[in-house]
Amino acid sequence: MNLGGGNNKQQQSMMASSSGASWKSGGGGGGGDGGGGVPDQFPAGLRVLVVDDDPTCLMILEKMLRNCNYEVTKCNRAEVALSHLRENKNGFDVVISDVHMPDMDGFKLLEHIGLEMDLPVIMMSADDSKNVVMKGVTHGACDYLIKPVRIEALRNIWQHVVRKKKHEWKEVEPSPSADEQKPPEEPDYSSSANEGHNWKNTKRRKDEDDDADDRDDSSSLKKPRVVWSVELHQQFVAAVNQLGIDKAVPKKILELMNVPGLTRENVASHLQKYRLYLRRLSGSQHPGGMNTGFMGGPDAGFGSMSSLNGLDLQALAASGQLGQLPPQSLATLQAAALGRSNNSKSPISVPVLDQRNIFSFENPKSRYTEVQGQSQHLTNSGSSKHMNLLPGIPTNMEPKQFASLHQSGQHSFGNVNNQVLIPMGGQSQRQPVISNEMLTRGGVVDMGSSVYSPVVSQSSPLVDFSVNQKTDSVGSNYHLAGNLGIPNLTGTSSTLQGDRSLDTKVSRRGIVPSYDIFSDLNQNGSRDWSLQDVGLTFDPSQQHTMQGGLDGLSPVMLQHNRPSNREMVGQNRNLASNNKVIFSTHNGSNVGQQRNSYVGDNSLRVKTEINNDGSSHNTLYSEQYGQDDLLAAILKQQQQEGVGQSDNDFGFDSYALDDLPA
Amino acid sequence: MQRNQMHRQIANLRKSLFDQGYLDEQFVQLEELQDNSNPNFVEEVVSLFYRDSARFLYSIDQALEKRPMDFSTLDSLMHHFKSSSTSIGAKKVKTECTHFRSHCNARNAEGCKRTFQQVKKEYTTLKKKLETYFQMSRQAGPIEVECRPRVLSPFQYLISRISYLALSFLNT
Repeated sequence: MNLGGGNNKQQQSMMASSSGASWKSGGGGGGGDGGGGVPDQFPAGLRVLVVDDDPTCLMILEKMLRNCNYEVTKCNRAEVALSHLRENKNGFDVVISDVHMPDMDGFKLLEHIGLEMDLPVIMMSADDSKNVVMKGVTHGACDYLIKPVRIEALRNIWQHVVRKKKHEWKEVEPSPSADEQKPPEEPDYSSSANEGHNWKNTKRRKDEDDDADDRDDSSSLKKPRVVWSVELHQQFVAAVNQLGIDKAVPKKILELMNVPGLTRENVASHLQKYRLYLRRLSGSQHPGGMNTGFMGGPDAGFGSMSSLNGLDLQALAASGQLGQLPPQSLATLQAAALGRSNNSKSPISVPVLDQRNIFSFENPKSRYTEVQGQSQHLTNSGSSKHMNLLPGIPTNMEPKQFASLHQSGQHSFGNVNNQVLIPMGGQSQRQPVISNEMLTRGGVVDMGSSVYSPVVSQSSPLVDFSVNQKTDSVGSNYHLAGNLGIPNLTGTSSTLQGDRSLDTKVSRRGIVPSYDIFSDLNQNGSRDWSLQDVGLTFDPSQQHTMQGGLDGLSPVMLQHNRPSNREMVGQNRNLASNNKVIFSTHNGSNVGQQRNSYVGDNSLRVKTEINNDGSSHNTLYSEQYGQDDLLAAILKQQQQEGVGQSDNDFGFDSYALDDLPA
Repeated sequence: MQRNQMHRQIANLRKSLFDQGYLDEQFVQLEELQDNSNPNFVEEVVSLFYRDSARFLYSIDQALEKRPMDFSTLDSLMHHFKSSSTSIGAKKVKTECTHFRSHCNARNAEGCKRTFQQVKKEYTTLKKKLETYFQMSRQAGPIEVECRPRVLSPFQYLISRISYLALSFLNT
């Protein structure tokens, strides 16, 4: 499938890589026809993966798709689908998934796929209510079909594949061909069916123009699809942070990352996604949120935050795409989660997928600081245990970290076991246990049942961060049922107790999943949500950059908001439902409110807590911050913050976000 | 002639199912999917539906017995059941499911129980009718569904008619 021009080639390669064998260029990709490289027999042979737990629907869909001359693979479980996709990276062109599935929420699956494989995903459901459809859109679905699905609707799904390829192609060459970027308008192409043609023409034109493009070193080569592993993503985030999110340009990022084989285009497209993610996170919560520190204020509602953080971490961890989260971070997260509460509130299983997502984004970028409750050793002791607990999640948690998490005695949270594993470089003892609790509250939790292994990354999409019900002492293990997307949440309970500040901060974050936790928290009155803040432990210094930069990250939802009231929490919650890693900086909102709704379903939200004292770290940005930093930040925060507000449900009061280093 | 009559009967039965609102357009979609590679596709799908959906009915029955009634679980179960039913075009069943869900939303336990009985009734009625329909279809042999006339070349048509007439003469 090599077309003449570099652009075409690139595009072709993009297409080829994703389309695998099936339409490999009918005759060189029909080079002459516009350079799109779309084979002549397209869309025949389109490789579709269908996921639906209803066997009747599955059978009908399969038959319909076969009748459209597509190649169909069907699964009735999301896990199976993900493993199909992972094993065969370029084996599918489009995924069709049901929304309501028993083992994993369709939206979570959607996010995972978007993060890991970047395939177009079409959602379908018998539910045609506006908010569900909206949810599909916000989660990045290419289309939403209402059941019963008609064959006519399926005939046109190829357009999503083409569209996506086109966008990818465009992403790849942002700057060099900025002026040429916009395809010349094709007035006569009006229908979507012609989109492919339009695109092809555009590309051809660009191809001609870009022959001498300086970026051809990457574009002319056929590049295999780049998988953004956890480490890679961490590097990316680190680079972005270093440059400053606003100033981060692909070229510089590439240089900073210094990864052989990585092209500027890869970085560019990843950056774009990242920005979208950040924007989504911040936009959904509070426009200003991003800037404020993550560390929550004294708000008590840390539970939610931490839970979200944990979830997010888990999600991050879970997203195997990125590779392995630093074990420590996971450990810390877990510890945090677990440490917080021994009583599992409710095993809310946050889909591990979320964690993966989060981790995929967060891990590479940020060193997750382990929020280690009160005791460092917690992570140590606990981690090993916890790691094993998480099913399928390769936990790289360092034992010590983990132990500390566990031991952090987050009893303060009482029953919340959140696994908030904040991959932290390894220290952080005082990770807010709260996060654990919060996590659990957030519904993420499976209290104490399993330790979330931060390392989830690849192995299982679902990081089952079930917080093992660790004993109270352990507290730090949060079990985020499902996702501990929060890389940085180290739920060390120990710290929690002492630090109201953290707690409050966390609570602010509106950790969505932690609704349950919050309730618990409130009851417990212990607001040591130090962990909460940790959700994303970021270096305070780096906060700024992170906040800015995170906007674009779509998969990772960074919610930086400083909700000063419940609404924020609510918003967080909604965001949280996003499967992607959600880093939410939830300020002051009452997590309690959200509690009910958010259970595990939402992707992990890493809550960035805004430190009131200015040393807040955006937990969300945990990814960007080294674990150590994050931990330090959290610790600092804890120390500095006064007792949070426990008055509120979760003590969410608006944090004084002002402190946060802008 | 018998065959012809049988086909007519089948066609009438089918038409009545539509006219009486038991089936809707989705069923036609299924029929259109049926082809030589899957000659019994519709029947297979319907059988699969009845096999699979039984567990939902069972679960709903169980859930209806619980006190206090868990409406969200009921709603979720019914949602699945309803989406299955719509996928085969079970119109009346779908309607009753909708009623059920509205009672669920209103947290009306009695309403739920009542409508669920209706759901089950429609479900069973449709099952019987479809069983009859499929049985007749199988007996009548491969037929050309009236709504999908096969297109034959004139020669083919002639041959088919001649053989058909020959067979009918033989049968009578």
